[in-house]
Amino acid sequence: MQLDLTPEQEDFRKVVRDFAEREIAPYTEEWDRTHTFPVDTVLAMGELGLFGLPFPEEYGGSGADFTTLCLAIEELARVDSSMAITLEAGVGLGANPVFRFGTEEQRQRWLPDLCAGRALGAFGLTEPHGGSDAGATATRATLDGDEWVIDGSKAFITNSGTPITSIITVTAASGPGEISAIVVPAGTPGLVVEPPYRKMGWHASDTHGLVFDGCRVPAENLLGERGQGFRNFLAILDDGRVAIAALAVGLAQACLEQSIAYAKERKAFGGPIGRYQGVAFKCADLAVGVENARALTYKAAWLKDEGRPFKQAAAMAKLYATELAVTATREATQIFGGYGFIDETPVARFYRDAKILEIGEGTSEVQRLVISRELGLPVET
Amino acid sequence: MNVVVCAKQIPDPAAPGELDPNTKTLKREGKLILDDSDAYGVEMGLQLADKAGGGEVTLVSMAPHDEVSGLRTALAMGAAKAILISDDALQGSDSLATAKVLAAAIKRAEPDLVLTATESTDGYTGLLPAQLAELLGWPSITFAKHIEVTDGKAKVQRQTEEGYDEVEAPLPAIVSVTAGVVEPRYPSFKGIMAAKNKPVDQVTVADLGLSADDVGWKGARQEITDVVPAEERKAGEIVEDEGDAHERIVQFLEQLKVI
Repeated sequence: MQLDLTPEQEDFRKVVRDFAEREIAPYTEEWDRTHTFPVDTVLAMGELGLFGLPFPEEYGGSGADFTTLCLAIEELARVDSSMAITLEAGVGLGANPVFRFGTEEQRQRWLPDLCAGRALGAFGLTEPHGGSDAGATATRATLDGDEWVIDGSKAFITNSGTPITSIITVTAASGPGEISAIVVPAGTPGLVVEPPYRKMGWHASDTHGLVFDGCRVPAENLLGERGQGFRNFLAILDDGRVAIAALAVGLAQACLEQSIAYAKERKAFGGPIGRYQGVAFKCADLAVGVENARALTYKAAWLKDEGRPFKQAAAMAKLYATELAVTATREATQIFGGYGFIDETPVARFYRDAKILEIGEGTSEVQRLVISRELGLPVET
Repeated sequence: MNVVVCAKQIPDPAAPGELDPNTKTLKREGKLILDDSDAYGVEMGLQLADKAGGGEVTLVSMAPHDEVSGLRTALAMGAAKAILISDDALQGSDSLATAKVLAAAIKRAEPDLVLTATESTDGYTGLLPAQLAELLGWPSITFAKHIEVTDGKAKVQRQTEEGYDEVEAPLPAIVSVTAGVVEPRYPSFKGIMAAKNKPVDQVTVADLGLSADDVGWKGARQEITDVVPAEERKAGEIVEDEGDAHERIVQFLEQLKVI
């Protein structure tokens, strides 16, 4: 049994950590406060090769495995969840569908810019009245001559309104009981990007609602086979769950580190608060939780890299790691006391950033459903 | 243009260092990393080779236990190859002995230009660049904040306290670079994977035609007689503002003769 990362993965983890600490950490407080999507930093992440990590070199990627991508997401999340989700969504939802289901021509057309991080892709699946019921797509796509005409709306779409957003892949009903995925280039007439949401957290991440009003794109923008849009979406979902788990591990790791440092430094009743079991045991429990979450996450990533089934492992990692992250941010805030409620400390931001992890890419309830079904239980949806 | 960059591998400054009580030198047992101050030379070398439209960067390093971890970082940034001198006989080398070894290795690479840091982050002697130049008989320019290579000359802006001097020297030359010279790139994953297969030529003192008597403890002309902990910083004086704080600060600065 071998539980070590390769030396190259370890080296790369350190590079991403250095990058996050030097290029992101000094600015996170300001981005969070001003709700700024830092384009230059995202472009720098692109230059570092982060957005092309798991794709072949022929499309401008790095040919790394999925585990390495998870390491990068974890390290970014240790400093800033917004930048971590920008990477996760850019790779997993922007570029991955094009790579997995695109024709060679579509790959050549869109992937090089996405891999280089010069452009960002988004995936429009969720609808205002859909949520977890992702199959109930109300957005319609009608073939009119050699063009798709798209009408409908999408909600909570990450990376959909940045200055470098290039494409949005949209799922739409293309016939009775038939869902297809269609690529809509940013700026297409009839595509309305709504003003950004006022979110609880992830303030530096770009999230919008989208409206499609007679939005026309060429017929050749169909991604994957007609009618396979929903099935294809399900196929990329498991990857995303592991990646979100990695993000949660990074956030929980940050809580652990901040808590330990503060427990050593903050003095009360004549000594550091870390000498009290009430504080020390919280740190001990956090350390166990982070270790568990990381083990589940990298086991799932490893299964995927090995080409083995990983649906259940992905759901377990996502469920456990994201719930742990929420617990970790709550406990870290408690250890920081009043300062944990003030935005000058990172833990206040961590607390706001954590909750969405139990919701996005499948809620905790959906993960439990997936796991229950994998256990052979006849659970109703 | 071929550039040699002297790349020192040092104990991680983030980990607490330890001195050997007998030799009074830094313990170098664990994994060593690329000295941050050498990343500037690596980046400068890569940019100069790139601008010249050809050539490559060769790293030269002296380290115990065949250590290559730090070199891999510089190779991942884009350096083409490395010469590593690792030999038990080198233990205890002072800066002049180190310069002798590096100079012999640099000659092998036949560079147009040699770049070094102004000083290492662990030893801080700052002696090596000039010693190398003397041993090789090449011009030395120190504290470069900007380098251009044209017509077989290195044109350098040399950092001074007031600003900078513009100086030039024919190639080959030794130039030590400051941390302001360029912003080092981060190694990419592709770079890290490529570095695995880049050649590291491991040589001994004998391979370089040097005698073991000229290096290490035997060859050292300096001896560390004592090491004392740095004096702890004293608590400062806090000036409470009762309307006259500025006058008292001015007085204080006048006492120090800084204004």
